[in-house]
Amino acid sequence: MQYHTPSSFDDAVALAKDAQGVTRFLAGGTDVLVQLRADIVTPDVLIDIKKIAGVSDITREGEGWRIGVAVTGAEMSEHDTLGKEWPGLVEAMDLIGSTQVQGRATLTGNLCNGSPAADSVPAMVAAGVTVSVTGPNGERKVAVEDIPTAPGKTSLEAGELVTAVHVPARGKSGGDAYLRFIPRTEMDIAVVGCGVNLRLDGKKIVEARVSLGAVAPTVLLVEEAANAIIGTELDDAALDALAEAASAACNPIDDKRGTIKFRTHVAGVLAKRAAKIAYQRAEAAS
Amino acid sequence: MIHVNTKINGDDVEFLCDPRETLLDALRDKLGLTGSKEGCGTGDCGACSVTMDGRLVCSCLVLGAEADGKEIGTVEGMAEGENLHILQEKFIEHAALQCGICTPGILVATKSLLEKHPEPTETQVRYWLAGNLCRCTGYDKIIRAVMETAADLRKAS
Repeated sequence: MQYHTPSSFDDAVALAKDAQGVTRFLAGGTDVLVQLRADIVTPDVLIDIKKIAGVSDITREGEGWRIGVAVTGAEMSEHDTLGKEWPGLVEAMDLIGSTQVQGRATLTGNLCNGSPAADSVPAMVAAGVTVSVTGPNGERKVAVEDIPTAPGKTSLEAGELVTAVHVPARGKSGGDAYLRFIPRTEMDIAVVGCGVNLRLDGKKIVEARVSLGAVAPTVLLVEEAANAIIGTELDDAALDALAEAASAACNPIDDKRGTIKFRTHVAGVLAKRAAKIAYQRAEAAS
Repeated sequence: MIHVNTKINGDDVEFLCDPRETLLDALRDKLGLTGSKEGCGTGDCGACSVTMDGRLVCSCLVLGAEADGKEIGTVEGMAEGENLHILQEKFIEHAALQCGICTPGILVATKSLLEKHPEPTETQVRYWLAGNLCRCTGYDKIIRAVMETAADLRKAS
């Protein structure tokens, strides 16, 4: 295996373009190195992007944020302002793994690993996060929900890599939340995850995005669920409609961690709870 | 082979490693620092915990090559000669270990915790150590040793 530490994304792309065999980009390594050691994916070329300038920075981008692709969960949690504006996003990232994993794991890695149960991905989808992608055919900006295509698969083409994560401006009267169900209290993979991001005008919800994780081959953006609460004050009828829409969007697997019936039901329950938290946060920000 | 220049427990260290080699293997096999243990090798058990530039990580999920230019802290850096670190003393006092395989990782992890949070709650300690598995003594004695260390350090300061 060759190990490279390019100093720019252009160099990273050039290395990937010329690489023979299996190529992987390395950020925090909490998935790539597990797969390497378990002989699930044995890269011939490993391109460590952590020596590229700016990849560990969280910076303002307009009223929003630019999060470097090597920024760790711990760095997001320790940031002064990011978690005040986007608590759901930061909390979702913080749910992943142990303290040790938090010291290495990244949003971009969580996204590119392509797991439908990735905790940060539903939170990013709800928040309307986009990523910059660069590759042999130039640059493009992609919505997070358009990156995963199947378990372990993404829409990134050969030689393409994510170069930055863009979090939109929080704006006024907005709030987000992410909740997951796991049978333990820590160190587990989501059986169901749900992200909600909304904006209020007075008491009325005027914008909303609802996402679900671990209930389909990819993380889902559920427009019907968002529509169920837009225009409401999140009364009981709206919450019931939200739960129904969330459950209806599920297409989960049956496994030892949760049955189809259980996951489908819990998706609705979590959607209600996450919506209430996001609503409270939006009220507090009004 | 990759030539790595790093700093371990304050000392400048150089070693050569295969690109696939983990920091844990480099520490144990190249540098004779066998305090860090391999439990799972997949980042689940925390027995290989070290700090890298002050950040707690699993050394089984770091490549040896990634240590280049970094500062690594291992359990070997805790005691000063024959003088044990207060956490080590408290672990002995509370019998917070049995077979000892998880202990180096838990010591490194709790040292890192107390540096960041000198007044942790019990819940905070338990969550911080969620990635450090112990299969013999259970966690209560470990938690009590950590809580008492934190209290003693506060009194001393």
